[in-house]
Amino acid sequence: MEQLRWLPSHPDLSSAIKAARGQTDPERRLCDAIALTGYRRDFIATEKLDRLIADCPTARAGSELPALMHLQPARLAVLSSHTVDHLVPGMRVAGLGRRLALDITVTPYGLYRAVLAERDAELAAFAPDFILLALDSHEMAFDLAIDASEAEVARAVQERVADLARLWRAARSLYGAQVIQQTFLPAAPPLFGSLERVVPASPSALAERLNDALRDAARSENVLLFDLDLHGRHLLSGQALADPVRWHQAKQLVSPIAAPVHGDLVARLLAAALGLSRKCLVMDLDNTLWGGVVGDDGVEGIRLGQGDALGEAFLAIQGYVALLGRRGVVLAICSKNDPRIAEAAFSDHPEMVLHRQDIACFMANWDDKATNLRRIAQDLSLGLDSLVFLDDNPAERDIVRRELPVVAVPELPEDVADYPVCLSEAGYFEAATFTRDDAGRAQSYRAKAAHHEALAQTTDMEGYLRGLSMTLVASEIRPVDLPRAAQLINKSNQFNLTTRRYTETELEEMIADPGTIAMCFRLHDKFADHGLISVVIARPDPEWEEQALLIDTWLMSCRVLGRQVEAAAVEALAAAAARRGIRWLIGEYRPTPRNALVADHYGKLGFEPQHPPAEGGNAVRFWRHAIGDTPIPAHVIKLKALQ
Amino acid sequence: MTETQIYAELTDVFRDVLGNDAIVLRPDTTAADVDGWDSHAHVTLVVATEMRFGIRFRTAELEGLHNVSDFVRLIEQKRSAA
Repeated sequence: MEQLRWLPSHPDLSSAIKAARGQTDPERRLCDAIALTGYRRDFIATEKLDRLIADCPTARAGSELPALMHLQPARLAVLSSHTVDHLVPGMRVAGLGRRLALDITVTPYGLYRAVLAERDAELAAFAPDFILLALDSHEMAFDLAIDASEAEVARAVQERVADLARLWRAARSLYGAQVIQQTFLPAAPPLFGSLERVVPASPSALAERLNDALRDAARSENVLLFDLDLHGRHLLSGQALADPVRWHQAKQLVSPIAAPVHGDLVARLLAAALGLSRKCLVMDLDNTLWGGVVGDDGVEGIRLGQGDALGEAFLAIQGYVALLGRRGVVLAICSKNDPRIAEAAFSDHPEMVLHRQDIACFMANWDDKATNLRRIAQDLSLGLDSLVFLDDNPAERDIVRRELPVVAVPELPEDVADYPVCLSEAGYFEAATFTRDDAGRAQSYRAKAAHHEALAQTTDMEGYLRGLSMTLVASEIRPVDLPRAAQLINKSNQFNLTTRRYTETELEEMIADPGTIAMCFRLHDKFADHGLISVVIARPDPEWEEQALLIDTWLMSCRVLGRQVEAAAVEALAAAAARRGIRWLIGEYRPTPRNALVADHYGKLGFEPQHPPAEGGNAVRFWRHAIGDTPIPAHVIKLKALQ
Repeated sequence: MTETQIYAELTDVFRDVLGNDAIVLRPDTTAADVDGWDSHAHVTLVVATEMRFGIRFRTAELEGLHNVSDFVRLIEQKRSAA
């Protein structure tokens, strides 16, 4: 079974792993292992890679290695009703490829109810960030006759979901973990053929109805879904995810052969929940988005459009990319072309699906692609590790992989007709949530690029910002703001002072505390409505005076960097605090490998450096703002406070 | 494929799966003789052997895979039948 098809093949993976095994320094070995996760692998190579990192202290508490390697540590507990031990190496190895250092524990199979009935000391000591509930239909067997009525099935499904929801709540309250529920595979192959899902109590119909009900429940309970059922149908193209022989032999729901792709599916979901999914799709033009070379063939000569099989295939990839853009993936162009001719294709070709305004950053010139990718990242204020680069040319792909290993470069299939599936399978843009603000994001990045362009033409920063006519709307976090606020809290890495992650439920509890000021900020200007872009939470803290609030969380979307939003936000926060008789605001900076950007955030806002309350000795730093005394920095933003 | 070739390939599979290049397989080698050949590794060995030799063991045959010669005998049978 060929899997992980978006990764390039290594000429000799076995020897490369053997060579890496010779590295005695665990740090170097981990480094080599991370590089090798970028290549296509079967389950045997996956287990070998996993052994390579076995003695690397990856996600264990106190280890500095993950930070050095720019990996985010995360602990995952798998609670399952079937054997999953053989899938753990796949998850761990795929994790490295998705920038995660995973520490994984597996509860002995079948014991998941026991550890959710009461607090299990061992699991509690492991302190999982995530609990994956991997159950199978054998376990959740319905006691229903095959001719059960629609109503009986509906009732049984409802009972199952209520039972699961109890388990979710137990997992959350006992271990404080984000719960992930695996969807169910049918307990048996179809009994009826095409009629299968018309019959309410058929195996496929039961699994489908249960999964449907799970989706709704998961949304309202803030539980993530691991949609094994969906992936089984689409990603593995009908190939064996499950093998009945392995089920009978070892109660393995997922065959060992599928371990690499299964592991990647889990890893990408965890990465998404931690804000590590890619954000921007950068595309080549000639023979990637249309057939032919526009500089040679002219706008009218390129292959694109109905009535021509190849032209239609290019329409299809453009259509898929346009949909990605609509769900919030930022689109950019990086092409060796005359910029005027390249832009003319967008404005003049009648069948283009993608339009110029869909593209946030348009880089067509004769410079090398690595240089242009750097420029794109800079113009969009995105890290290079947010980019995916799509190019039909294997040589260009190779150069970019070598020059910029953090940029994801899918190995594209030979036929453009297969591009959309390849891009989908690669899972670069896996999302843990989807809100209305995501849909508007592309527009906002476009404005950001326009802002950069305009900046390049003006040295009068102040005048430029004034010309944007920005309005910042400050409000307490209301129920309607919760999903987006929680999403920002869980995925902002760069402009994030403390990188404290809170689930929607935890956030709700914090807000309910009357001593806490939890604010969110929305920004709009003459170009775009940027939506909810910043969250600030200040709360009383026993370490500080009674009339002080510790700024527990301050984060902001990087797309509104350099706009003086911080100054307007501190004005709003100080005003809200003053109304409650608060005298001091305490700023806190907790360094991570990714938030150096805001190391002097409070210093720039005029806060005074402050000794830590206890003998900390670590890298956490504090600042103080005396309300009414510490001046608020000047800004050009109109501040509107919603009471 | 001669018996010697099968032993060589199978040894390679075992070394790959168990991560131990010192493994030497004899006909009467069993799980008890090889470090790491536990029940979990056994399933992996079965699947890896299937992949390497392009064969498939039937459920009925799985119980009979006690020592290395059991593997070799079945591989021989299946390859000559193919």
